[in-house]
Amino acid sequence: MGIKLITLVVIVLGVLAIAQLMRVYELSSKLRKTGENEISNRDNKLNAKMMLGFMIFMFGGFIGLIWKYGWVGRGDAASVHGHDLDWLLNVNFIIIILVFFLTNFLLFFFSFKYVKKPGVPAFWYPHNNKLEMVWTIVPAIVLTVIIILGLKEWGEATGDAGKEAVRIELFSKQFAWEARYSGKDNVLGKFDYKLTHDEKNPLALITMETIDLAIDNMEHGPVGIDSLEHKLNNRKIILSPEDRDKMRKDLKRKEQLVRLLYQMRNGHDDAMDTTAWDDFIQRDTLYLCKGQQYEFNFRSKDVIHSAYFPHFRAQMNTVPGMTTRFKFTPDKTTEDMRKERGVEDFNFMLLCNKICGTSHYKMKMLIIVLEEEDYNDWLSTKEKATFWDTFNTEAPAEGETEENPAEENQENT
Amino acid sequence: MAAVAHEAHGHHDAHGHHEESFVSKYIFSQDHKMIGKQFLTTAVFMGVVAMLLSILFRIQLAWPGESSDTLSFFLGDKWAPGGILSEDMYLGLVTIHGTIMVFFLLTGGLSGTFSNVLIPLQLGARDMASGFLNMLSYWFFFVSSLLMFGSLFVETGPAMAGWTIYPPLSALPQAVQGSGLGMTLWLLSMTVFIASSLIGSLNYIVTVLNLRTKGMSMTRMPLTIWAFFVTAVLGVLSFPVLLSAALLLMMDRLMGTSFYLSDIIVGGEMLTNHGGSPILYQHLFWFLGHPEVYIVLLPALGLSSEIISTNARKPIFGYRAMIGSILAIGFLSFIVWAHHMFVTGMNPFLGSVFVFTTLLIAIPSAVKVFNYITTLWRGSIVYTPAMLFAIGLVSTFITGGVTGIILADAALDITTHDTYFVVAHFHVVMGLSAVFGMFGGVYHWFPKMYGKMMNTRLGYAHFWITLIGAYGVFFPMHFVGLAGAPRRYYEYSATYGYFDNDSYQQMMDLNVIITVFAIVAALGQLLFLFNFFYSIFRGPKAPQNPWRSNTLEWTTPVEHIHGNWPGELPTVYRWPYDYSKPGAEDDFIPQTVPLAEGEEEH
Repeated sequence: MGIKLITLVVIVLGVLAIAQLMRVYELSSKLRKTGENEISNRDNKLNAKMMLGFMIFMFGGFIGLIWKYGWVGRGDAASVHGHDLDWLLNVNFIIIILVFFLTNFLLFFFSFKYVKKPGVPAFWYPHNNKLEMVWTIVPAIVLTVIIILGLKEWGEATGDAGKEAVRIELFSKQFAWEARYSGKDNVLGKFDYKLTHDEKNPLALITMETIDLAIDNMEHGPVGIDSLEHKLNNRKIILSPEDRDKMRKDLKRKEQLVRLLYQMRNGHDDAMDTTAWDDFIQRDTLYLCKGQQYEFNFRSKDVIHSAYFPHFRAQMNTVPGMTTRFKFTPDKTTEDMRKERGVEDFNFMLLCNKICGTSHYKMKMLIIVLEEEDYNDWLSTKEKATFWDTFNTEAPAEGETEENPAEENQENT
Repeated sequence: MAAVAHEAHGHHDAHGHHEESFVSKYIFSQDHKMIGKQFLTTAVFMGVVAMLLSILFRIQLAWPGESSDTLSFFLGDKWAPGGILSEDMYLGLVTIHGTIMVFFLLTGGLSGTFSNVLIPLQLGARDMASGFLNMLSYWFFFVSSLLMFGSLFVETGPAMAGWTIYPPLSALPQAVQGSGLGMTLWLLSMTVFIASSLIGSLNYIVTVLNLRTKGMSMTRMPLTIWAFFVTAVLGVLSFPVLLSAALLLMMDRLMGTSFYLSDIIVGGEMLTNHGGSPILYQHLFWFLGHPEVYIVLLPALGLSSEIISTNARKPIFGYRAMIGSILAIGFLSFIVWAHHMFVTGMNPFLGSVFVFTTLLIAIPSAVKVFNYITTLWRGSIVYTPAMLFAIGLVSTFITGGVTGIILADAALDITTHDTYFVVAHFHVVMGLSAVFGMFGGVYHWFPKMYGKMMNTRLGYAHFWITLIGAYGVFFPMHFVGLAGAPRRYYEYSATYGYFDNDSYQQMMDLNVIITVFAIVAALGQLLFLFNFFYSIFRGPKAPQNPWRSNTLEWTTPVEHIHGNWPGELPTVYRWPYDYSKPGAEDDFIPQTVPLAEGEEEH
């Protein structure tokens, strides 16, 4: 409290002191009979010099920052298209930095040079059509070049991925990422958010079994329809009107959802199931293979997130209710990158780059890029961890065959 | 039409000098000059609040996790337990800082103040077309300011979804606590704000079209008026779209509709909303959001045109090209909005179209810059504080403008989108330029608004501290962004500190520099506040035409009267930029002076 009081006193005294100085200054300028609108030559010259001085400070600061932090302030890209984007960024930077220096120089230099000098009138120069044409057409030509180069890169970066690209789904939620590899068939199984089951089917994949599980959970689960109805109808349980209201709404919502689930079940095509069963889900770490093209399919569970891979020069928003895509090919392994940078503990990462709530800044996933051989080794450890395996082993449901239909199906085709 | 208006005003003038009550003179005033001043003081208050918020979160960014007395002093134990900013409040501060700065300071404050003060005075009108609507416009603005300010004190905190309030985050209180009452107040406040802006803009347009005095053709209007006019048109066409976006969001929040919501599970709750699209909101928002940039910028450019020409004692170079640029920028601003959405999952082909249209805006902008520079060339520059700020504006407009070329290029936007590079870009080009224009305007027209002079020396100190502080904040910020720092991050050790220590060190070093400059620049604003309020009450009396300027407002008496001119309205014979015209006696010829024999109109 003491510090606050002292701060307050200092501020008040400071304001009073400035006010007194102002009075003195005003009285003296009254004596000199100059108003605030009469700017003396001294003041004019001082400000003109400051203009030049500021220009040097600004240019110097800018060059200093480039000196210290490098041209674009970040290391080399680690993906194939990333190198092209960095090249394009460099071209654009050269153009804009030239413009920046040139125009700011003219501005500050003229401000310095053409300060009022007694007896020298300003030059009457209201327009010059030729000059104006020049500085309309020259920027237009430069911009045409920028646009053409930019659109070429944009087209390549956002074009469709090739058939050989590996499909991976990146699923985002507050505040974590999960990856789903498309498995042996390289086809991502379909999904519907209504099938989400936190333990057994976190990514809401569609198979007959997951539909049944969702219906069962919705009807007979711990907060399912049965339990809600029971609570609402049981006179022994005392509920506040708010809670009762909330529960009624919850019940209505769940009844609606379960109707939709039954519809889904009726229209379900069993043949689709295998595309889902061979997928496998990967939390915490995303393993990629150097030189392999990947097509990422992005999904969101709750709000908009953005999958941001700074080192691969890739970014795409994840939007609830729709799937977005982006492709890239890593061309450096984690080890390559550590050597290049001379940093032992460097790692690639996936961040969230769209405000998504309290822990937005902590939402991340480790990415490890491996050589093909190491990658295949890792892949082989995942053969027994497919969605089929995880769905069935953790808590086997009743009356299921032990056979893996995914494998069976692949033998058939 | 014009004749009728003149008669009506003549009649009005006859009764103009009776004693007014305090309430009708200072509070519910219908006089455009008073309303302009009301806008200004309200906006200054809101600006100070928003600046303070920015200092609070800058402290967190520079020294994350360290206890700060400043934070606990302003935010208390709830939002800064132990002097450490809470994560939620960080998002709240960022959101409200952006909202207030963009809408309340730079839209309401800039356009509201100077359109009101200058449109009738520079056109030779007795007042706005409708004084009553004008008064309503201010009071709506006042109410919306109160609502926005009040939302800071809500128990669950203010809106926390960023100033663009993208749903679903802004639609679901389960996703972040600020999306509860705080967001409701935000939406209410903006709804009232939009009403204020619409009423004001319609009034400005009607006044410019119908109440110009005799001889004041459209091509004799000062560039300030052209800028205000186009700004008002942009506002009328784009703000209603924001209103519709906000209304649909309200309905999603309160009535269970699914305009923006689809297939969501939040806080363990499976929502039934299906079929909506969050991208729809973004289209609607940016259909206002991009013209909004020019709603903020054009008035500043208009003010600086006038200030630079007056103080360089030279006609503005390329008057017609300047008008053309304003119109071109105004038109193009409506067909570029989706450059904010290159990586939202929008069709890449659509992105290509917007790359093209966006980069086109660089052409009229370049024309404006070159015209300003040529105006300075061989001028006879007088350094009033207003002139300093106007030159500062041209510099920031260049510096912020060129980085826009990077961001408008969709391919390059992939890596720079939503990083601090964007934050630096728009703060320089829109924030600084507009604020400099506003300061320039205040220093230049203060004698007209208050009949007093501001202190010049304090003005100088204020300018240099602000300019150095501003560049000191935003130059390094570009490099924070290029290092890859996402915006709206509470801190970076959890990500970059963990994976990529090089970049982390770069961000942290620069963040400290930025915060130090920000604090210095913020303290520098105290000079302005002091100068402003002190001069209102104690400043020396202003002469009638302190800057030896040509425009009509300087032909009115220093003492404000209702109806502006005591006798007949002035007649205009020439354009407003006859400075240092060869053959003239003085280095300025007011617009009311008839052409001499054989004199050509520019």
